[in-house]
Amino acid sequence: MGFEMLSGRILAPTFGSSIYVWGAIITVFMLALSLGYLLGGRFSMKHPSMGKLCAIHAAAGAMLLPVLVFEIPVLDGIFAITQDPRLGSLIASVILFFAPAVLSGMVTPYAVRLLVEDAHAAGFYAGLQYFFSTFFSAAGTLLTSFWFVLLFDVDQILLLLFGITEAVALTAFLLSRKRV
Amino acid sequence: MVSRRPLGLLALMCALTAALPAAAVQIHSERSLYRNLFVVEDNGLRCLTFRRAVATERQTCQRTAEPDHLVFPYTRMMLGSLLVKPDPKRVLVVGLGGGTLPMALRQMFPDIDIDVVEIDPAVTRVAEKFFGFKRDAKLNVHEEDGRVFVKKAIRAGTKYDIIMLDAFEDEYIPEHMSTKEFLLEVKSVMTPDGVVAANTFSSNRLYPYESATYESVFGPFYNLKLGNRIIYAQPNKLVDRATLEANAKKFEAQFDKRGFKPEWLLEMATSERDWDKNTRILTDQFSPSNILNSR
Repeated sequence: MGFEMLSGRILAPTFGSSIYVWGAIITVFMLALSLGYLLGGRFSMKHPSMGKLCAIHAAAGAMLLPVLVFEIPVLDGIFAITQDPRLGSLIASVILFFAPAVLSGMVTPYAVRLLVEDAHAAGFYAGLQYFFSTFFSAAGTLLTSFWFVLLFDVDQILLLLFGITEAVALTAFLLSRKRV
Repeated sequence: MVSRRPLGLLALMCALTAALPAAAVQIHSERSLYRNLFVVEDNGLRCLTFRRAVATERQTCQRTAEPDHLVFPYTRMMLGSLLVKPDPKRVLVVGLGGGTLPMALRQMFPDIDIDVVEIDPAVTRVAEKFFGFKRDAKLNVHEEDGRVFVKKAIRAGTKYDIIMLDAFEDEYIPEHMSTKEFLLEVKSVMTPDGVVAANTFSSNRLYPYESATYESVFGPFYNLKLGNRIIYAQPNKLVDRATLEANAKKFEAQFDKRGFKPEWLLEMATSERDWDKNTRILTDQFSPSNILNSR
């Protein structure tokens, strides 16, 4: 969600901040997440492991880096083709934000699979997983929109989100290794 | 004492009546993509507001009997950019409101090209229905984001003599239109002796940031403060005071008709810096304008 808040700022200089731009961003994030949930669930059917979960998490973070490097040329290129804020921001959102959003959508169902040991507790763990992901999404939204934008550049905040994501993935991986 | 009592009572009644909210009548409401619009009328004053009934945040007002009169000081100050560029051929107005500024320009210059950019089609409908705003062959309204319009103008090679930036409200600033990158884009669609007039804020934490950003793009500029803060900036050297004074004479009658005197503008205008020179500049990477504006 922190990333979603920033995506508005990334698109605004090129396509403005009309309702269409926000509409396009939210649509693309929702589509990507829904696809991610589907893929994550699918993936968890075959030899699920903590290592693979951490790899997905780390990959989601890593996909923020191309945004940092290519946002300006990508946006300029799209603006040269179409100046329509609706079409332009849809294309830009797909190119820049779709991949990281799909990968982060995959994390939740995959993690549920690892946590659930018997069907009896499945609801409990699913609820727990949704609590964590949505609660930290709320925190990410608040921190980004109220404070981070006042302290840092957009690119610095993206790097920060990248760092946090990778740190979480690495910590989880190391902890799981220790336990084994 | 006794003889005074009726008078005292009368005074009390008067005070009470004055304290009661004046009877503002809502004459129209319009649904919009962004927020609902309301037109209220009170005592011959018709206003556009973005909030039901509360007419405290009026976007635009017009005297029904004297539609030419400029009610808000800030609109007078915006029109005052004519003292910097008295003979415009092509003007861009970003943010329509009730259409006060483009209509005043049209009356003063029947033949010039005027482009208006308004993101909200509902605002345009209300301006036409209730505030006497009229398009014509050389006065077009473009329904889009101001920054996108300027980017398109760069591609088309259009140049403007006067650019009026009036897209900010009390509560919300389009942050992508307060950055250095945006102002550089604006600068590149100005004629060499053109002027940009920007309606912004005079008293909050945003003020020094905004000032430093304008200075970084345009160098010294004229600053007029009265509740709102209006900036007159030019792409090259700023015209001197003597030129402003000479131009003021040309607009004496026109401004008088609209309820103010050019001298009033000259008294306010100053090009002195009253902010910290080292303030951080607003950029597309760093533009927390709304957070700064609320402090």
